[in-house]
Amino acid sequence: MAEKIPVTVLTGYLGAGKTTLLNRILSEPHGRKFAVIVNEFGEIGIDNDLVVGADEEVFEMNNGCICCTVRGDLIRIIEGLMKRKGKFDAIIVETTGLADPAPVAQTFFVDADVQDAARLDAVVTVADAKWLAARLKDAPEAKNQIAFADVILLNKSDLVTEAELAEVEARIRAINPYAKLHKTTKCAVPLDAVLGRNAFDLERILEIEPEFLHTEDHHDHGHHDHDHHGHDHAHEAHGLKHYHDEDMQSVALSIEGDVDPERFLPWINEYTQKEGPSILRSKGILAFKNEPKRFVFQGVHMILDGDLQRDWRPEEKRVSRVVFIGRNLKEDEIRAGFMACAA
Amino acid sequence: MSDPTTSLTDRVTPIEAGAHVTGAAFLGRTPALALGNGEVLLAEIGAEKRLLAHPDAGILVAARAGTSLVTGGDDGRLTRVGADGSCVEIAQEKGKWIDALVARDDGTIAWASGKEVRARDPKGEVKRFSAPSGVRGLAFLPKGYRLAIAHYNGATLWFPNTAAAPETFDWKGSHLDITLSPDGRFIVTSMQENALHGWRVADKRDMRMTGYPAKTRSWSWSPEGHWLATSGADACIVWPFKEKDGPMNQAPRECGVRKAKVSQVAFHPKALVIAIGYDDGWILLCRLTDAAEILVRAPQDEGSGAVTAFAWDAEGRRLLFGTAEGQAGILDMPN
Repeated sequence: MAEKIPVTVLTGYLGAGKTTLLNRILSEPHGRKFAVIVNEFGEIGIDNDLVVGADEEVFEMNNGCICCTVRGDLIRIIEGLMKRKGKFDAIIVETTGLADPAPVAQTFFVDADVQDAARLDAVVTVADAKWLAARLKDAPEAKNQIAFADVILLNKSDLVTEAELAEVEARIRAINPYAKLHKTTKCAVPLDAVLGRNAFDLERILEIEPEFLHTEDHHDHGHHDHDHHGHDHAHEAHGLKHYHDEDMQSVALSIEGDVDPERFLPWINEYTQKEGPSILRSKGILAFKNEPKRFVFQGVHMILDGDLQRDWRPEEKRVSRVVFIGRNLKEDEIRAGFMACAA
Repeated sequence: MSDPTTSLTDRVTPIEAGAHVTGAAFLGRTPALALGNGEVLLAEIGAEKRLLAHPDAGILVAARAGTSLVTGGDDGRLTRVGADGSCVEIAQEKGKWIDALVARDDGTIAWASGKEVRARDPKGEVKRFSAPSGVRGLAFLPKGYRLAIAHYNGATLWFPNTAAAPETFDWKGSHLDITLSPDGRFIVTSMQENALHGWRVADKRDMRMTGYPAKTRSWSWSPEGHWLATSGADACIVWPFKEKDGPMNQAPRECGVRKAKVSQVAFHPKALVIAIGYDDGWILLCRLTDAAEILVRAPQDEGSGAVTAFAWDAEGRRLLFGTAEGQAGILDMPN
């Protein structure tokens, strides 16, 4: 069975540095060949063998249990690219500045031919350190792009002060607690920080998110001194400001022990179907009662991908954790639903 | 299926095409294969000729127009290749992919790039149409000069040579390929959602053919036009179109049931026999009347690609096929 082609989704506002990053990826002498799918043919200024123009056309796909927005043009393009197998090792999809990354990601889970041929590797968001804080206040698209990311390049970090940088980093963390964050100038990071991330690989969920293990801090915030008056409020803890964004949150929960799969699986399926539009991404590692293997899942809106993975190691504590990132999440409802699944 | 009296495997001559086979056709007597490396291979056994129709590009779509093969590439170019080895560029869409292509024996060609549809009559006159969204499929109506266009949320019928408003047929979702029944009574589309949709042209009545586990990307009409053989399941699903209501309220026939998905189908030009190609590279011939099967190809190795193209010659004496991994071949039918 042939290796699936990895696909990196590159998102971020115009001017943040996406093109700089793209050109760096394409010009480094790594020997890899890329097919690049871009929205605007002309503006790119990149020299690459395989550049395809996409029109970012979406349609609503409804196959009974899943209703979601899908990039039809990407399905067509990937089908076409597969007729030229061997001419490229990986695909980069660049989205426009205002694009919602969800339809792009969803496309890789709803089409059998795409799933056979390709796998989503990571969503990489390039953000402008000088302007992001302002965009987070006035543009929901900017929040989506941050919330959705597996890797964030906080670029042009040389153009802001230390204090400003800490502030924007705290705002990013309020929205996305587990993306790998790099403070960069001219998007200068080693390429393996953005390529070959396996961020959607169930095998790798723990490896790439050390923050995910430390849910204690965030868990505490879920209980106390939350007065939601519709504005940001910040606490100091460990010298780092913690922000709570007024409409985009992450909810991280854990149960010290097993959950009952007969309760958890119906709950997670129903909850993501019902609240799908609000839940941008979800992830979890669970200990199922009477099951020696860890159950790992990740989701995009109402699309879930889960499987039994490797055995719990003797030195590992059997703990069940879930994380949701989304808009106006009903934290109490999620907590109650999850806690009721405890074995 | 190893009974020698029901196997034609030794009547197949292999062809090493060398790249993904996008299309297959007989140009008169000459077998031709359109390839993902931009070449057209004129594959007469012992007299192969390769034409680089699309340098540094791949052929995405191909269609036979009489004794020529028309190819559309990811270089935005359209070329016409003859059995004599001639290769002429007939259009250039400024580098935008050619997403759909259809042609007929009188030399009329139509193609689409994004939302833009072009129809070119045998004299070379080109008419243009902008569809409401990206076009994935095209088909000529059996009578006259009229084009059926598949796009998001439905299909459009357009007369290139008149100013008449195009006629739209609506159904939500992504429509991919499109075809007309040979009597012109029904439009059928294949959908992203693993189903076929259809409309009776006269009254736009909707019909759905559902239950497919995968997308249908290949279909073929029987010679008298009463049956539509389709891919997208673990058997060839054949829908009846003879009655007044076509396939509505009728159960389809199934033949060639195997543990592999059907990827290509082609009705014999003179008999109710279907060539069925699978995603594991197997090929069977099935007789519609009793579902009797004959083995044509059973590749033994794991990496054998899906059958991606079929063409019968005009008499049904030879079957040309190609696969995703660049193997191809010709079956010589017994007398």
